[in-house]
Amino acid sequence: MDASGKGRGRARRALVAGARGLVLAVVGLAGSLTLFVLSVLSIVFIVLGVGVLTTPAVLSLVRSWANWRRVVAAEWYGIRIPAAYRPFPADVRTGVVGPAERCRLMLGDPATWRDLLWLLVDMTAGFVTALLPAALIVYPLEGYALAAGLWRVFTDGTHVGWWYGFVPISGQGSAFQAAALATALLVAGYFLAPALLRVHFLLARAVLTPESGELAARVQVLTQTRRDAVDTSAAELRRIERDLHDGAQARLVAMGMDLGTIEALVEKNPQKAKELLAQARKSSAEALTELRDLVRGIHPPVLAERGLGDAVKALALRLPVTTDVDVDLPGRAEAPVESAAYFAVSEVLTNAVKHSGADRVWVDVHHTGATGMLRIAVTDNGKGGASVGAGSGLSGIERRLGTFDGILAVSSPAGGPTMVTMEIPCALS
Amino acid sequence: MRVVLAEDLFLLRDGLVRMLEAYDFDVVAAVESGPELTKALAELEPDVAVVDVRLPPSHTDEGLQCALAARRARPGLPVLVLSQHVEQLYARELLADGNGGIGYLLKDRVFDADQFVDAVRRVAAGGTAMDPQVIQQLLSRRAAQAPLGGLTPREMEVLELMAQGRSNAAIAGQLVVTERAIAKHTSNIFLKLGLPVSDDDNRRVLAVIAYLDQGR
Repeated sequence: MDASGKGRGRARRALVAGARGLVLAVVGLAGSLTLFVLSVLSIVFIVLGVGVLTTPAVLSLVRSWANWRRVVAAEWYGIRIPAAYRPFPADVRTGVVGPAERCRLMLGDPATWRDLLWLLVDMTAGFVTALLPAALIVYPLEGYALAAGLWRVFTDGTHVGWWYGFVPISGQGSAFQAAALATALLVAGYFLAPALLRVHFLLARAVLTPESGELAARVQVLTQTRRDAVDTSAAELRRIERDLHDGAQARLVAMGMDLGTIEALVEKNPQKAKELLAQARKSSAEALTELRDLVRGIHPPVLAERGLGDAVKALALRLPVTTDVDVDLPGRAEAPVESAAYFAVSEVLTNAVKHSGADRVWVDVHHTGATGMLRIAVTDNGKGGASVGAGSGLSGIERRLGTFDGILAVSSPAGGPTMVTMEIPCALS
Repeated sequence: MRVVLAEDLFLLRDGLVRMLEAYDFDVVAAVESGPELTKALAELEPDVAVVDVRLPPSHTDEGLQCALAARRARPGLPVLVLSQHVEQLYARELLADGNGGIGYLLKDRVFDADQFVDAVRRVAAGGTAMDPQVIQQLLSRRAAQAPLGGLTPREMEVLELMAQGRSNAAIAGQLVVTERAIAKHTSNIFLKLGLPVSDDDNRRVLAVIAYLDQGR
């Protein structure tokens, strides 16, 4: 690449960092401040009882908020911020005691307190580190405007009427000094803006990452996800056993029986034998259909034959809703990861079709080599309002992805659109 | 009629050879892997190939890929693809070159020897044989998105059979009506869907499938 191309690339990165910083600063401050106030109020109101109901909901929001920042950090700068929330046990109680139970579990999780601390940091230091890159790009514009004549608005040239940074503006001369300062700032922004925004995410990582003393927490997460994985696969095997037992196996028995009867009837009553033959053939066709559906539920054939990308495309073609699939995978992931990702997408798509009322869905599957992340986004134009609550299909997906240290982020404001983002660390072969 | 057969499971391969020979086909090669299939297709120049999607050594969609490669080398080479599952994704790839002479059926269809052999003959003659499941998926999806131009239930039936690649005579036989009645139905269907009328049976089928598959 030649020097000017390199310069353009750097300038583009600086501009992008400025724009991203501005968005992060505004959205981040508003979100973190609101969530912090809500959390504190909610926790205080536990004494009155109301807080028991609101706290789990608010803390879930905080987690989604933090997860969004995790996704953005990985997407923009390849900074991985681990999520180490303790999963709820599978038998978490529902009904009246449900919220109390969840409230207790969440408040007992050190990750919750780290989240709250991060909200404080995010609205102060986080705000500043996000705003700085934007300011370095935007503030120089004022300096140039002053030099170009804007200074006349503030002073008639006899007194100091305005300050640009540390430069007192009292006339055209000092306005030129302001322009010089603006240039210096712009140069600084050109070189530093992306790095400054990185600092924002590194700060978030520093606050959100468990200390090494919390290795125990990680062990607990692993124990839990492993138990989930074992439970899930045991339940799957049980289901497959039952399906085979009541389905294909029973049909084959019936077929064998029919064939026996046909043997006895073929000379005495050929008409009846023919009827039974047709029935046996029908049984075998039904057994095949059942086996095919079962196989699809265990490991879809397209996934085995073509890998994740084409399997998702084939899945999309079966949906009653127009679905655009965009795949960018330079290789294939390991079979267990492919399978988990496929069933996660399948579940999300089923949810979208069933509950969102969407008439269009977009699926984006890609792998980022730099961060070693498989990232899948499913967006629909439905009515929104999906959440990762106990008992929803989404929490099942979260559990399934957890086995692979994958994370799930859901953005689904009332009125839509819904966007479900999944990330699984993995290498492609 | 000279047939090359590729199927890795011995029982099925043996059964297919016996069935085809019973119907006076000449099975010139019955192979069990992708490389063997490629070699047989190149050297024996069969009238039709019957190919299982999944073949060794990779046990992926090797059969399908071999068949597609052979068709690129020899456009219009009739290929009937068999599979344990049908996917619109694969059907679309098979039909993509628009040359005809393509079949894509579930393995279950061999249960009905007459119909299966009919499909092989149709494909060998440059026609189309699409599995009813593929067509049903296409139809139900298409119908969920936009109504099909006010077709009557009978016309829907005819459309479905036509999209599978059946000739007017075969459709008439199945629905127990005269061939002239079917001809009337088909011209109505083409009028309502706004498709160009063609004398060529196969062009007609491909046009219908393309119509059903559009808008994705």
